[in-house]
Amino acid sequence: MTVTALGQAAAGAAGARPDAIQGRGPWRLAWERLRRDPVTLASAATLVLIAAAAIAAPAVAHAVGHGPDDQYPDIGLTPAGLPVGPSRTFLLGTDNLGRDLLVRILYGARISLLVGVVATLLATVAGVVVGLAAGYLGGAVDVVLARFMDMVLSFPYLLLAIALVSVFGASLTISMLVIAFFSWAAIGRVVRGQTLSIREKEYVEASWSVGSGTLRVMFVEILPNLLAPVLVLATLLVPTAIVFEATLSFLGLGVAPPTPTWGGMLSDSLAFYQVAWWFPLFPGLALLATTLAFNLLGDSVRDALDPTAGRGSGGGDR
Amino acid sequence: MARFLVRRLLFGLLVLWIVSGAVFLLFFVAPHDPARLIAGKLATPQTIALVNHRLGLDRPVGDQYAGFIGRLLHGDLGYSYYSSAPVGELLASRLPVTVSLALGGAVLWLLVGVGVGVAAARRPRSLVDRGGTVLVLAGLSMPTFLVGLLLLYFLFFRLHLAGITLFPPGGYVPLTQDPVGWAQHLLLPWVTLAAVTAATYSRLTRGSMLEVLGEDYIRTARSKGLTEERVVYRHGLRSALTPVVTQLGIDLGTLLGGVIVTEQVFGLPGLGQLAWQSVTTQDLPVIIGTVLVASAFIVVANLLVDLGYALLDPRVRPA
Repeated sequence: MTVTALGQAAAGAAGARPDAIQGRGPWRLAWERLRRDPVTLASAATLVLIAAAAIAAPAVAHAVGHGPDDQYPDIGLTPAGLPVGPSRTFLLGTDNLGRDLLVRILYGARISLLVGVVATLLATVAGVVVGLAAGYLGGAVDVVLARFMDMVLSFPYLLLAIALVSVFGASLTISMLVIAFFSWAAIGRVVRGQTLSIREKEYVEASWSVGSGTLRVMFVEILPNLLAPVLVLATLLVPTAIVFEATLSFLGLGVAPPTPTWGGMLSDSLAFYQVAWWFPLFPGLALLATTLAFNLLGDSVRDALDPTAGRGSGGGDR
Repeated sequence: MARFLVRRLLFGLLVLWIVSGAVFLLFFVAPHDPARLIAGKLATPQTIALVNHRLGLDRPVGDQYAGFIGRLLHGDLGYSYYSSAPVGELLASRLPVTVSLALGGAVLWLLVGVGVGVAAARRPRSLVDRGGTVLVLAGLSMPTFLVGLLLLYFLFFRLHLAGITLFPPGGYVPLTQDPVGWAQHLLLPWVTLAAVTAATYSRLTRGSMLEVLGEDYIRTARSKGLTEERVVYRHGLRSALTPVVTQLGIDLGTLLGGVIVTEQVFGLPGLGQLAWQSVTTQDLPVIIGTVLVASAFIVVANLLVDLGYALLDPRVRPA
């Protein structure tokens, strides 16, 4: 159920008696807080804008007449072979191969968002399923799963990610899988902890006593109560994944060229920043705007839902 | 308590064994050929076979693994395929750099992170809270290499062009040799680490400070007539720091095993650089050595954190 749907459900329930004090559930309260918060609105607007830009990438490419991989050695490079600055032809300038930076940044938004969202979805599903199973089933299952999560969390993960990518070869799929593999356990640990306490609640016992199966109790009774922390963790995981992809690109292990990614553009630009300020600046700004918006949004949602909740382990690709 | 310690230590050893085994396996699954890399492009098949034989790479994987474990149990990590230097010595020579980097960075990010967190918690949703949070989150939202390169660009390159040289472009000077040069070389890397890490700490501090400042004993402290500073720092912050200490343990454990990106950007010859070089050259003994050291730091840090919890908080008595 979405936040709005829950809000409407709450409003509908209260609507039975119009003169009564309106009952407001935690989701409704959070929604009301978020709706009036300028930082949240600005972050949400930024993300909508970036998503729209990603969708509009082919249209823009068509309008300016430059494909994302088209090279313009004559007009896109100076006689010395350096990138040219922003102009009427190339609104944000060109890169070191004479490609239109604007078009590549828009196409890059598709890859960055894809990596961020898909890796997060994979990690969230795995984390929720494993965390729920460990917390609810308990016993030997819990011991094994909880220890496994501890183990994944004690991997020196950037090092192992580099080893994995260098072995399997850099590709979009590998980047997403590697990011998901090193992120799911953080979510799993939180879900397990919450499940342990929810399992003891009366309504779980009630559901169980009227004959609900294990799966039903896990996914219908317990899971909805975990939505808030999981939603926040997932929102905060997206920027981490995007930054991680950029880091892999910087180390030369990102998505293979010529596919445009922000991290790839940034690392390509490093040799040129002294002569072409626009080359690192615009991809960097696009990346920062996206990750900052996700981080601010996640923080506000968490703050609105629970002002004292903590966050698991922080970003760590240092 | 003793049982708890023994169990955690055994689990730590299990982690080390599995991680090193996984890396070993990964290396053999990979389409790799270190002998060809070592012998060079023009090498004859005979040369390559010879190199393979000398490194023991022509033996079955099982034999190689048994040999590796046997030597490891005697404390011998083997020799680098390339420099032929003992892996143990390589690791020991890189460790001081990474320790200097991680500890200095930790001091900075604690100052900034906890400072912003406390200021934010004292006036939640104020301008200070909002501004401070956006500032530290901006650091968290940037890839580490970008922060490092921005610092290098403005504080080294532009200053250098203007004729002022405050910071070197990179490299490392041992503390024992030249303390001032040591700090000069490490200041920008420290700032880089702190910039990308401070947000985690300000989040934790803000959250737990908000919780603690709502407690009854804080009201009691205030009503006794204590100054606000004393209430916030002596009574509040002290108990609010528990999650911060936990996070610090985990972060330090992770970083001491090598700060790959930061070391790469600033050309610091630490464990992270060694790890990165060994992965790109498929230098298996060095890869496994660095992975083992990195995992060992994490395992020990986790153990210390759990132990600290159990000692500090009577509610967390290990079963």
